[in-house]
Amino acid sequence: MSLDFLLEVGTEEIPHWMIPGALAQLQKLDLLGATPRVDATPRRLVVHASGLPDRTPDREETVKGPPVSSGEKAAAGFARKQGVDTSEVRVNGNYYELNKRIPGQLAVDLLAASVPSAILGLQWPKTMYWTGGKTGPRFIRPIRWIVALLGDQIIPFEIAGVKSGNITRGHRILGSSSIPVATASYEAELRKNFVILSSHERRHKIETEVSKLDAKIDADLLETLTFITEYPTAIRGDFDPAYLELPAEVLTTVMRHHQKYFAVESAPGKLAPHFVAVMNTSGDPEGIVKRGNERVLRARFNDARFFWNVDQQKKLVDRGDDLAHVTFQAKLGTYLEKTNRVVQLVKELGGNAHAQRAAELCKCDLTTEMVKEFTDLQGIVGGLYAKAQGEPEPVWRAIYQHYQPLSMEDSIPTTPEGQIVALADKLDTLRGCFSVGLIPSGSKDPFALRRAAQGVVKILVEGRLVYYLDQLVSGELREFFMERIQHYFREVRGYKYDEVNAVLKVGVSTLKDVEDRLNLLAKVRPTPNFEALAASFKRINNILKQADFAETHPVVDVGMLEQGPEQELHEAYEQREFGSLDKVAELRPYLDRYFDTVMVNVADQNVRRNRLSMLGHMLRKFSTIADFSEIVTSGEQKQ
Amino acid sequence: MDTYQDTIFKLKRYWAERGCIIQEPYDVEVGAGTMAPETFLRVLGPKPYRVAYVQPSRRPADGRYGENPNRLYKHQQLQVILKPTPNDVIDQYLGSLEAIGIDLAKHDLKLEEDNWESPTLGAWGIGWQVMLDGLEVTQFTYFQQCGGFDLELVPAEITYGLERLVAFLQGVDSVFDITWAPGFKYSDVRFADELQSSVYNFEMANVDRLWRLLGEYEAECKGLIEAYSKYTEKHRFPVLPAYEQVLKCSNLFNLLDARGAISVTERVGVIKRVRDLAVGTARLWADQQEATA
Repeated sequence: MSLDFLLEVGTEEIPHWMIPGALAQLQKLDLLGATPRVDATPRRLVVHASGLPDRTPDREETVKGPPVSSGEKAAAGFARKQGVDTSEVRVNGNYYELNKRIPGQLAVDLLAASVPSAILGLQWPKTMYWTGGKTGPRFIRPIRWIVALLGDQIIPFEIAGVKSGNITRGHRILGSSSIPVATASYEAELRKNFVILSSHERRHKIETEVSKLDAKIDADLLETLTFITEYPTAIRGDFDPAYLELPAEVLTTVMRHHQKYFAVESAPGKLAPHFVAVMNTSGDPEGIVKRGNERVLRARFNDARFFWNVDQQKKLVDRGDDLAHVTFQAKLGTYLEKTNRVVQLVKELGGNAHAQRAAELCKCDLTTEMVKEFTDLQGIVGGLYAKAQGEPEPVWRAIYQHYQPLSMEDSIPTTPEGQIVALADKLDTLRGCFSVGLIPSGSKDPFALRRAAQGVVKILVEGRLVYYLDQLVSGELREFFMERIQHYFREVRGYKYDEVNAVLKVGVSTLKDVEDRLNLLAKVRPTPNFEALAASFKRINNILKQADFAETHPVVDVGMLEQGPEQELHEAYEQREFGSLDKVAELRPYLDRYFDTVMVNVADQNVRRNRLSMLGHMLRKFSTIADFSEIVTSGEQKQ
Repeated sequence: MDTYQDTIFKLKRYWAERGCIIQEPYDVEVGAGTMAPETFLRVLGPKPYRVAYVQPSRRPADGRYGENPNRLYKHQQLQVILKPTPNDVIDQYLGSLEAIGIDLAKHDLKLEEDNWESPTLGAWGIGWQVMLDGLEVTQFTYFQQCGGFDLELVPAEITYGLERLVAFLQGVDSVFDITWAPGFKYSDVRFADELQSSVYNFEMANVDRLWRLLGEYEAECKGLIEAYSKYTEKHRFPVLPAYEQVLKCSNLFNLLDARGAISVTERVGVIKRVRDLAVGTARLWADQQEATA
């Protein structure tokens, strides 16, 4: 028999950002071979499946008994104990054994035992207890009802005092709080009660409605609203155009981050005096929700205007000393100290007068009312204030952009001054934290140092800035950077793993140089002969390794070279100054002939030594761009 | 339209009907309803408790001389503690909104994650801000720890920001325009307090004296905490007065902070001093409850 399965864990509102992670775990739920289909709203985690058996098949199990030497009486006792007729006992080698029938189990019983622990076993970023004190069950929010059905049968279990059943609940306000369901009718019943179970459908509904109201879709906000609503409906509201005098950055932040509204533009980059809010209800026929949201936004914008005016009473440049009252990090002192270090570093990195001025002012906005209220706008507010206070464009732009890039997708500062200040700010944070032992480990990275280092790498590469890595970082921090550099070129830029390894293996001077070498390597890789050549280099590497040959400046005695392939190979590589990689491929026929005819490990130790030296010398010469032995050739991949 | 006080009456009546003791505001300065002993101490231990009260809450740094339409030095919270949390706690809460005249079918309600933590009280909880048409009208918290103790009976704390809620109900843009009672605006009742307290908190409070007072109250509290272990008749021991010293310290800390008198380096230290007192008193209270059970 083939049965449908339905599990709904009804909870109080789960934080939106945790839901996708929980669904990924539920996707792995063990349902007697059936494939789970998962979905969720803020108030319910749901697993469907079809094709479950009503019971597991019976099976036979061989049970080993006493040794034959213990006699037939023992054999009879063994059979009795296993509940099997004595005639079933047989001899296998020196022991008695018998086959025992293990009856299959009812699927409903198996699920009743396995589902509760699977639910409580879900991993969440932060859990709570709500009943039974600290030793009680833990979950993300209290569980208030459970639907668990196999076919038309309830899978009986209990979690945190809640018994499973077949009663679900609809939308908090618009739906019924007691809805009997069957596996087939479940989703339709929810819909009748103003719950759209499918997150895909909710997302699509929001997207369509928001676009229809002329607002720009913001992917993060869309995702948030999808998992914060059970029945999303978009409405458009208006605000007084007079607020458009405030910077668009401030208005957008208030709308997006504080109110979860989409902004509306009249032309690209130009805000219109409207917003789109997404409600968790079916409509707003009387305009009550619209007016409520408009009122809240008005208050927020008024605050912002108030902050702007208050902040202008004290220029950024006069706020420097106030930074002595703002902690950067307990062990690393105040932002005043940080500012002084960053200014110094900007000088060391060759920053011009504008960059130095920007460094001096870049943290001053931390003391403004605007940034205290809208922390996401740090830097941006400083830049806007600097502009309003008459700082030259290179200065205010550098301040505005110096937190960039905020993510791998974010762009780097667009001006040289911005790049250098951003670089110095992040480097100072990294050096400081590493110097007092605040080093990220595993998932713990409270100071977002990975992001900072990633930002440095991105700025260096994409800004084509020529700083030697060793000049910027050393020791443990350098190691940390190597990981970030690898990550950047692989994950962000999409270079192949082995190419990145091959290039980094021979050392890092500047990141511009790393990128140039990667491009060379990527270009030459698809050319004929390259893979075979890489295989030969790997062979050379192995030969040298096995021979423990580690001379850094091997000297080749040309007189000892054998006529034929050995001398020819030597001439071939000596003639070529392989700054450009495509020439390396020309070596292939020489190398092939060499390995076909020449033995490296010969009995004559002098000859052997000279041959190793030649290989070592050649390898070194051609390894300035990349270590080809790191290249994974197609032959290896097949293995 | 209901006046400010009408709404308060209705909320109190609603929660009284659901088994809450209606307490009056605590008479020592607090920064939030949570700090009143009716919450801070009562949530500890195994005894069920249900209480609701309006608590004027002082946040010196939030004062704006009565000029900002939404910011107040002293705002009023209606605080509800349900210990243990009933299973239908959210429905009960939504019922309270209906009781003050909000037809929820016509509004947009969302519960958005917002956990709460108070380092000075050694307390934290899990919960939401309740958003009504984009406005935060309530803070809802399941307490997990208080005074450094894991809680045995998890209470739900429901905190209504009264000014904000009533401004919403009355449809006014400034809390000062709220009708408090027929013929009286919020500004008639409270403006002078906002203005004068802002002047005092930001401009005139004597910093040296505040520091001395902080030391005095701290010493008084410490003395009591130390005396507890040797005190034989535990039920007579003044734990509640000891806790009042903690509240004095906390308020003085907030005043000094508003005055800009606490440097970065001092800050962490002072928070720890207050926290030690709060946790110390909570421990006495729990012990006294057990000893006298």
